[in-house]
Amino acid sequence: MTTNDAKPMTRQISVKTEKLTRRFGKFTAVDRVSIEVYQGEIFGFLGANGAGKTTMIRMLCGLLAPSEGSGSVAGYDIYRQSEAIKRRIGYMSQKFSLYDDLTISENIEFYGGVYGLSRALIRERKEALIRQVGLEAFADKLTRELPLGFKQRLALGCALLHDPPIIFLDEPTSGVDPEARRSFWDLIYQTVALGKTVFVTTHFMDEAEYCHRVSIMREGKLIALDTPAKLKQHYGKSNMQDVFVALVKE
Amino acid sequence: MNAIEIKEFHKSYGTVEAVRGVSLEVKRGELFGLIGPDGAGKTTLLRAICTLLLPDRGSILVDGLDTTREVARIRSILGYMPQRFSLYQDLSVEQNLRFFADLFQVPEKERERRLEQLYHFSRLAPFKKRLAGALSGGMKQKLALSCALIHTPAILVLDEPTYGVDPVSRQEFWDILRLIREEGASILVSTAYMDEADLCDRVALFFRGRIAGVGAPEALKDRYRYPLYRLEAKDVRRLRDFFRSLPEVQSTQLFGDALHVSFKRPPDSRQWSEWQAASSGNLTTWSPQPPSIEDVFLALIGGEADGGESI
Amino acid sequence: MPHSRLLSIARKEFLHIIRDPRTLMIIFIMPVIQLVMFGYALNMEIQRVDLAVVDYDRTLHSRRLVEQFQGSKFFHVFGYEGPLSEAEKLFLTRKARVILAIPADFGKTWQRSVSAPVQILVDASDPNAATIIRNYCNQVIQLFNQRYGGQIPLPFEVRSAIWFNPDMKSTYFFVPGILALLLVMISALLTSITISREKELGTMEQILVSPVRPYEIILGKVIPYVFLAFMDGALILLIGIFLFEVPFIGSLPLLALLTTLYIITALSLGLMISTIARTQQVAMMIAVIATLLPTVMLSGFIFPIASMPELLQWLSYIIPAKYYLVIVRGIMLKGNTISQLLNQVFFLGAMSLVLLTVSWRKFSVNLEK
Repeated sequence: MTTNDAKPMTRQISVKTEKLTRRFGKFTAVDRVSIEVYQGEIFGFLGANGAGKTTMIRMLCGLLAPSEGSGSVAGYDIYRQSEAIKRRIGYMSQKFSLYDDLTISENIEFYGGVYGLSRALIRERKEALIRQVGLEAFADKLTRELPLGFKQRLALGCALLHDPPIIFLDEPTSGVDPEARRSFWDLIYQTVALGKTVFVTTHFMDEAEYCHRVSIMREGKLIALDTPAKLKQHYGKSNMQDVFVALVKE
Repeated sequence: MNAIEIKEFHKSYGTVEAVRGVSLEVKRGELFGLIGPDGAGKTTLLRAICTLLLPDRGSILVDGLDTTREVARIRSILGYMPQRFSLYQDLSVEQNLRFFADLFQVPEKERERRLEQLYHFSRLAPFKKRLAGALSGGMKQKLALSCALIHTPAILVLDEPTYGVDPVSRQEFWDILRLIREEGASILVSTAYMDEADLCDRVALFFRGRIAGVGAPEALKDRYRYPLYRLEAKDVRRLRDFFRSLPEVQSTQLFGDALHVSFKRPPDSRQWSEWQAASSGNLTTWSPQPPSIEDVFLALIGGEADGGESI
Repeated sequence: MPHSRLLSIARKEFLHIIRDPRTLMIIFIMPVIQLVMFGYALNMEIQRVDLAVVDYDRTLHSRRLVEQFQGSKFFHVFGYEGPLSEAEKLFLTRKARVILAIPADFGKTWQRSVSAPVQILVDASDPNAATIIRNYCNQVIQLFNQRYGGQIPLPFEVRSAIWFNPDMKSTYFFVPGILALLLVMISALLTSITISREKELGTMEQILVSPVRPYEIILGKVIPYVFLAFMDGALILLIGIFLFEVPFIGSLPLLALLTTLYIITALSLGLMISTIARTQQVAMMIAVIATLLPTVMLSGFIFPIASMPELLQWLSYIIPAKYYLVIVRGIMLKGNTISQLLNQVFFLGAMSLVLLTVSWRKFSVNLEK
């Protein structure tokens, strides 16, 4: 990957964990995971349902306390400074984070308000967001009437409303068609182009190709971390699906 | 006679047309894939095949039997694995299997042999006593499949059996499906994973209640009209903007640090060097990229899904 | 600007309420239905009781006695010609609930000795009603005695007076009861459901990753329901006062103030429930068990606390509605002032404090548990 190396990359760390572990009773959902995510990067977290991706993301967002290990997000400690972290991250989960019984406009205003943005700022960003997602004619429609693809792009927009430097996306493309998925990824590329860091989980192995670097999780453990190209090259496979299988059988 | 024959099937829920006129044939002994995103209408179609829903219009024949009239006979020759894990989480693996054996009245004599067989290829034998709720995702799916197979159905219908399952378990699952096909069963399986199309004998690409294309996966890919290239660059985003503006370009898609570009006509080497110069050296490498089923899918639905989705 | 965050949550909650007209209808129609049910259908006053007269005497005196009964609006009097031995059939066929048997020598005895026995048979298959009917009969006979006999003055006279509800109207009882019931239901039930609904939908997760503080979430969610509960309370009071003519003697501001206290207690209970319940269904079940049943059964709303078994009497001490009922009845019917209700205020206040402290601590800003 000469292109990657040639690119001037500010190697500022956005997210860092060291032997981060989370147990639920006897079950270890995340087992000593250490990663470093750089600013401006799309960092993919791959794995099946139950591999520990969601637990990992929840610990980083301050929704779950780790059992062991250490971690920092935007330079703040995940144990002690979750308030500071919450102000600097955007989060969008696989379950829908928009209110179906609110209009598009009301949803945006609500999220703006929750982050304590001023009215003027909310109005300004709301208009920009509605334009970006292409929903000008539908601002006063109830969100439940929107197709899934639009909802997901809108949810991402809401998560970005307070202009956070780091965005966590938990299986954001679950269930949408390829067209909507690609336009969602276009939005992610636009976001990193602004210098933001995107941390994304997915169980679609082919989505790994969209990421700059991927880490693969299985049964709570990190089993690989590299660029998709290097992983494919290393295992001599043509796609990430086969890389995963090769990794497990290794 | 085909295993499943669908003619002009329509089904609406209120004002929502879930399936809008689908005609399809699943041949005997075939592993047939119904590929499409969520909300395409896959589950509706599969439920109708399993006599759980009635068509608004059109007809479905399973093994030559009409789904609206021969419900009992169809159910005895059909195995169905629903989308949601629909087994009893508080019963053990063995108890679940025996319950379904009772339900389908599998004769005592055959029962033990069939169970052994199912344990063998699902590799669930060591977990007989484990509660279904305590199985991993992949094992749950194998158990659900075993339950659907308990009465040795001639036709098997599976609704997104590999959704969210670990790639290794997914591969194992498809291996099992191929084994079942070797035994002579006909299989119809739905999936939202485009890449699973390659594992089927034939597939139907399903989108918004309609079929966008049917055929063997390789044949579908051969029909892809737009030469596809994988490009690398110093600044891939700038390169994308550059190619987007060209009239020869059909579509562009970022893949991490690479760019996929499909052209309306195959570009020649003169054009490549022109582009390299025009992008002031930004373009570094290019190589033909075989289209994936996803590319085919996108091209086929192109007209319909213009600009993402319509409201 | 934490205040705008709180307001955003409150505003959104209002929108949810408005967008769900079915729930809104239930909230405002339920009290009306309940009031009408209790006010008319489940009236505990007994009126026009069928009374069969078996008159063997047929004199002026016996006729006067029958007239006395006819004159009372409690009874619907009709004659029965058959033998008294078969009068039981009147009870079995529910043609009569009381039988007045006047013996053949009633008139003569009356004239001779001032007192003459008559027989009154009451159908006691409903013991409460039977007691009331017997009392009515005694009243009628007493009036008869006063009118036609009673030359001998008694050394003293027992006169019972019924205060605060001279007509013994049961609506006086039920309006405060329904007020107590609906306020607790809206406050506790709806609050716990709205929080568990967000947990179920996954939207709570989205709010929790923002810098919102727990008190902002809690207050923001609770404010719209306080408002709603107040509106509902006002509706019940208006219907009670204007439709059922329940008097309002005391101070309205005092009632509003103490109602706020009661609502806070109920909301704290709702919050408590929401910290335990993860789904709407569980929240609903716990809330019904914790609010609806105790308020109806144990607060003194329908069954007097004094006549309950001792264990239930003890249990009634932790039912907020018990205290609120005393407050509402006291202010509305008796014109109580705050100094007479300090006991109730203390109990409600203490209960709120305990519940709030516990739920505050248990309401987590993360997804643990």
